[in-house]
Amino acid sequence: MPIKVLIPTPLRPYAGKQSSVEVTAKTVGEALNSLVTQHPDLRKHLFAEDGKLRSFVNVYLNDEDIRYLAKDATPAKETDTISIVPSVAGGL
Amino acid sequence: MATLNESIPTALSNEEILRYSRHLIMPEVAMEGQQKLKAARVLCIGAGGLGSPLALYLAAAGVGTLGLVDFDVVDYTNLQRQVLHFTADVGRPKLDSAIDKLNAINPFVKTERFDTLLNSQNALEIFKGFDIIADGTDNFATRYLVNDACVLTGKPNVYASIFRFEGQASIFATKNGPCYRCLYPEPPPPGLVPSCAEGGVLGVLPGLLGVIQATEVIKLILGAGDSLIGRLLLADALAMRFRELRVRKNPDCPVCGTNPTQKELIDYNQFCGIRGEEAETTASAKIPEIQPEELKRRLDAGEDIFVLDVREPHEYQICNIHGTLIPLGDLPKRVHELDSSREIVVHCKMGGRSAKAVEFLRQSGFKHASNLTGGILAWADKVDPSLPKY
Repeated sequence: MPIKVLIPTPLRPYAGKQSSVEVTAKTVGEALNSLVTQHPDLRKHLFAEDGKLRSFVNVYLNDEDIRYLAKDATPAKETDTISIVPSVAGGL
Repeated sequence: MATLNESIPTALSNEEILRYSRHLIMPEVAMEGQQKLKAARVLCIGAGGLGSPLALYLAAAGVGTLGLVDFDVVDYTNLQRQVLHFTADVGRPKLDSAIDKLNAINPFVKTERFDTLLNSQNALEIFKGFDIIADGTDNFATRYLVNDACVLTGKPNVYASIFRFEGQASIFATKNGPCYRCLYPEPPPPGLVPSCAEGGVLGVLPGLLGVIQATEVIKLILGAGDSLIGRLLLADALAMRFRELRVRKNPDCPVCGTNPTQKELIDYNQFCGIRGEEAETTASAKIPEIQPEELKRRLDAGEDIFVLDVREPHEYQICNIHGTLIPLGDLPKRVHELDSSREIVVHCKMGGRSAKAVEFLRQSGFKHASNLTGGILAWADKVDPSLPKY
């Protein structure tokens, strides 16, 4: 049973227009790596050139921000959902 | 927060009692709550997509003073979602149009207008006069400005933002709650996250999110229920699914953390973009451009020019200039369909995507590729006014 990664609207064009992608991984970091391996166009939208997660992209394991868990090393299991939540500014 | 101040006459007239009777008979609001609403002063930043339902419902609910900040003029593309503005208002300042509607809905509401672009010089002064700030703007620079000004003045920021079919809502900058920078420490570089003008937005989506903002404003005033403080509500209108994520106060936040390093407002345009804009100019400086009039003249003269349209098929259906359609995202895998010996003029809607396409083509050995300045919108303005604009 793979882990589900939810892809937000602005990033769907880089993930084959899918709203979620399934990956096999033991940690959140592995899950994101597997995601950008499946969809290489996503890489520059998620990671800066130094390989760090971009600061306007938050990643949640279920409802908790991984910055307050073990970041990349946060263990993930099959029943978990990983959400990618980038900042959006629209309002008008 | 709105407190009952003896100096503010909040007693309700008989007319007001009748008007608010559906509030007054609920114990969660009742006379005390309605008087709190009447005493409250709420500032709406932006009278557009989010600001429309927000201000309409706050006025109807009897919020005593509504401040509105906007400097824009109503245009046709606003009407699909900005329900404060009617067709006859096109061309009028949004504040004129908004205040007419709010007065018509509820003449008991006082409106205060700020016909200005909110900036680091005026934000603190404007915020001072209000209890709650509701952010309905459309760009990152103003989002960070509103957040920081709310933290510095101690006013809660009732927040929502939207993109296509998705929205986010929360409350930031309350006394012990997180601020927007706790959630997103830095803005994205310009160009990476499209705006509603570029990416589109479902017309009812700001309605949905603006009404959530209005609900949260009213609950803060009443002191009722569980607010969105510390929670980020995600609404997906296409799946019609709502989720929520936890937002924690970051003790190291430069604005609201335990040892704040930023104690005044900064230059938010710089914070959100100077670097990116410089990068963009350097890139576009290398990209050859052609003006619409020039392209038209050369096509009419029978020159062999291949026009490449890199927009999406649904945009091509709205209007086109008979170019060959290859969406920007498909260009790398379809580049072999193009002839590198021919002159190629690339266009999109406004010139941004086509600039990327020209850059890609030139890197791939297409020495005769250039970008149509201003895209098909400029073509409509300067060459063919019969073309619909979108």
